[in-house]
Amino acid sequence: MPFDAPSDPDAFREEVRAWLEKNCPDSMRTPMPEDEVVWGGRREKFKNPDSKVWLERMAEQGWTAPTWPKAYGGGGLTREQAKILEQEMARIHARTPLFSFGLWMFGPALIEFGNEEQKKRFLPDIVHGKTRWCQGYSEPGAGSDLAGLQTKCEDKGDHYLINGQKVWTSYANEADWIFCLVRTDNTVKHEGISFILFDMESDGVETRPIKLISGSSPFCETFFSDVKVPKDQLVGEVNGGWKIAKRLLQFERSSISASGFGSARGTGILELDEYAKMHVGTDGDGKLLDGDLRGRIADHQMYAKAFSLTVQRSQEQAKAGQEVGHTASIIKYAAAKMNQDKFELMVEALGTEALGWEGEGFDKGAKMTTRGWLRSKGNSIEGGTSEINLNVVSKRVLGLRDHQ
Amino acid sequence: MTFILSEDQEMLRDTAVSFTRDELPVKHLRELRDAGKNGVDPEARQKLAELGFFGVLIPEEYDGVEMSMVAFGQVMEAQGRTLASTPLLQTACIGASAILLGGTEAQKKEWLPKIAAGEVTTALALDETSHHNPAGVATEAERDGQGYTLNGAKKYVQDGHHADVFIVVARTFGEAGDTHGLTLFLVPRDAKGLTVQSLNTVDSHGAAHLTLDGVHVDDSHVLGAADKGMDVLEPVLDRGRIALAAEMLGSSLAAFEMTHEYMQTRKQFGQLIGSFQALQHRAARMFTDLELTTSCIAAALAAVDSQRNDLAELASLAKARASETVHLVSNETVQLHGGIGMTDDHDSGFYMKRARVQEAMLGSASFHRDRYARLNGY
Ligand SMILES: Cc1cc2nc3c(=O)[nH]c(=O)nc-3n(C[C@H](O)[C@H](O)[C@H](O)COP(=O)(O)OP(=O)(O)OC[C@H]3O[C@@H](n4cnc5c(N)ncnc54)[C@H](O)[C@@H]3O)c2cc1C
Repeated sequence: MPFDAPSDPDAFREEVRAWLEKNCPDSMRTPMPEDEVVWGGRREKFKNPDSKVWLERMAEQGWTAPTWPKAYGGGGLTREQAKILEQEMARIHARTPLFSFGLWMFGPALIEFGNEEQKKRFLPDIVHGKTRWCQGYSEPGAGSDLAGLQTKCEDKGDHYLINGQKVWTSYANEADWIFCLVRTDNTVKHEGISFILFDMESDGVETRPIKLISGSSPFCETFFSDVKVPKDQLVGEVNGGWKIAKRLLQFERSSISASGFGSARGTGILELDEYAKMHVGTDGDGKLLDGDLRGRIADHQMYAKAFSLTVQRSQEQAKAGQEVGHTASIIKYAAAKMNQDKFELMVEALGTEALGWEGEGFDKGAKMTTRGWLRSKGNSIEGGTSEINLNVVSKRVLGLRDHQ
Repeated sequence: MTFILSEDQEMLRDTAVSFTRDELPVKHLRELRDAGKNGVDPEARQKLAELGFFGVLIPEEYDGVEMSMVAFGQVMEAQGRTLASTPLLQTACIGASAILLGGTEAQKKEWLPKIAAGEVTTALALDETSHHNPAGVATEAERDGQGYTLNGAKKYVQDGHHADVFIVVARTFGEAGDTHGLTLFLVPRDAKGLTVQSLNTVDSHGAAHLTLDGVHVDDSHVLGAADKGMDVLEPVLDRGRIALAAEMLGSSLAAFEMTHEYMQTRKQFGQLIGSFQALQHRAARMFTDLELTTSCIAAALAAVDSQRNDLAELASLAKARASETVHLVSNETVQLHGGIGMTDDHDSGFYMKRARVQEAMLGSASFHRDRYARLNGY
């Protein structure tokens, strides 16, 4: 049973510490290999059995979604308490028990826009990692111009009927459910979009994986032909989906940025400077041998520090009631640049060691870095491209107008 | 770390912003320049003193108003906004901090009330080459009975052209490059053997080269422990760097605002230039950079007040980031104003010129990148 969190922060910290000490398996306090990341869902296999135990225990506390209301399976913690939990987990290098679009994007949006019945039905399964969600936003003709989407949703009296195609749907082939933007009115653009949920095992849903430049296949083309969806799975009003879609994008942008694009995935990843020292070597004073690389690494590290201070500042400002709505785009833009720069520098530090693809002759970690470098190119595309985020900043924050 | 200003700090900021806007706008700097005043304005200095700005870091027992570094940062940011040429950085921050951290009770009693009242100004005479290098001091201080004799030369001493007293860093031990063996001395402007050569600088604020030719000072002029000058100098320099970074942020913000406004008024091809996406993106990038730099300055200022042990790191972070931002923004300011930005009549050039000086003072971006890397062990 989740305990009632004491309001005194020190007492809370002590309880959290004791609980983690008792419940976090030893093997969950080590850096996480890519193939042990837990995404949950019906098909989850748990390569490491401890990760199942760890997920169950954390979910029982509601601590996979620490700030969600207890009524929906969350931890009911305040932001400060969640922060303490995060710090205490970091202290023992505890792994993140669950990765989930449900936790990061869909859940928070449903809490704001869903009806009571929908929240009760969907949220607890997200907390427990039972349902894996995917995001059906992009279409072949509607990426940056998301509101141009065409996937058709017709009212058939007792159900909706969906026809169309999505693309770049991350993990669609492994997801149980999809939150999806569909067109319910052809005569208007933004006001003709609805937000709907359905099971990926419904008749008429087909997914085809697409291979990335990094070699992995995390996303899919997704086809819908005559998919029947019960009416109670539409969130909000018919034609009122755009508002929800935009809010969800804010959650997406902040969660992508906060996670540093998953570089926080394994704890205990070497700092860039350590990494470079290991591969490039040092002079007698312990300075990196390559002076130019050293300068660029310092520049990057300072950018990263400035970035994390900015995230911290905007959290404090939000807490103090100041307006920080604009920061999601700034932070997403900066986070993408930061992660890409980091991978460029890592690959550079590796030298020819970074030129391997698969098989023998190259270190396993180096091959992961190389693939990570390629994957990082998507950071300025996924969740809204850097250009689109700069558009948002220039228009909404700086008030610059379009051509008249 | 707190990034939110208290009420007092906000009030001080508002006072400082309206004072520099009304009394020390860029126009005022332009007038000083055109009148050949080399950035010096005794009347403005008196008004700054009346507002208590010289005493922000000085305790009440020495007639200061005893606020925090965060508060002082607000004053510096305001001064940076209008490029005001004032002795605040050198006197209220560096001078006052050196005496507070290194001075004897007698020295504090003698100097701090005068600083708070705006009666004396100080200037740090440290660097001897064209690059900031605290350990590189070669100026010699030789023991002579009841005191020392100083011989050497100092380059580009900010506010040196009008300072009443210099804080001279000299070597009592070892050789240039050693971090130990430095000693700080209070040397009055009228000391025999001291020559002050006024400089006309690109930013119109002025500065001075000093020559010390057999300057004698007695023991009561030693600031802090002999040979251990670095113990006082390092924390004082870090305060100065952080305060200067706050000033640089102010300059960057003002230049950005000026440019932002121009983008919304200037028309070409029948359109506001601010509606061209290539320019919108440049504005948004500048804004992102300003946001990141703002966080660094706030963190560094607060780190002084809470005596954090990563202060040195945060000081270098603040100074380096502020340098990059002020160059980015001031260069873009000229570019986005087009031809008018290249004219002396327009203010944008003033920001670009001042940025060069701000960057070179107390360590350039590359100095601080190197220091940051060293502090982090690489
Ligand atoms: C790794 C990854 C994972 C993803 N996961 C998902 C997912 O799970 N679900 C999902 O729905 N989508 C997902 N996406 C899709 C993603 O949201 C889109 O790729 C993105 O919105 C860009 O759309 P697009 O690919 O159609 O590019 P386009 O919109 O065609 O853009 C092409 C280029 O033109 C630029 N451009 C376009 N319009 C403008 C403009 N107005 N001003 C300036 N520049 C402009 C863009 O910035 C870009 O550089 C993912 C993408 C990636 C890379």
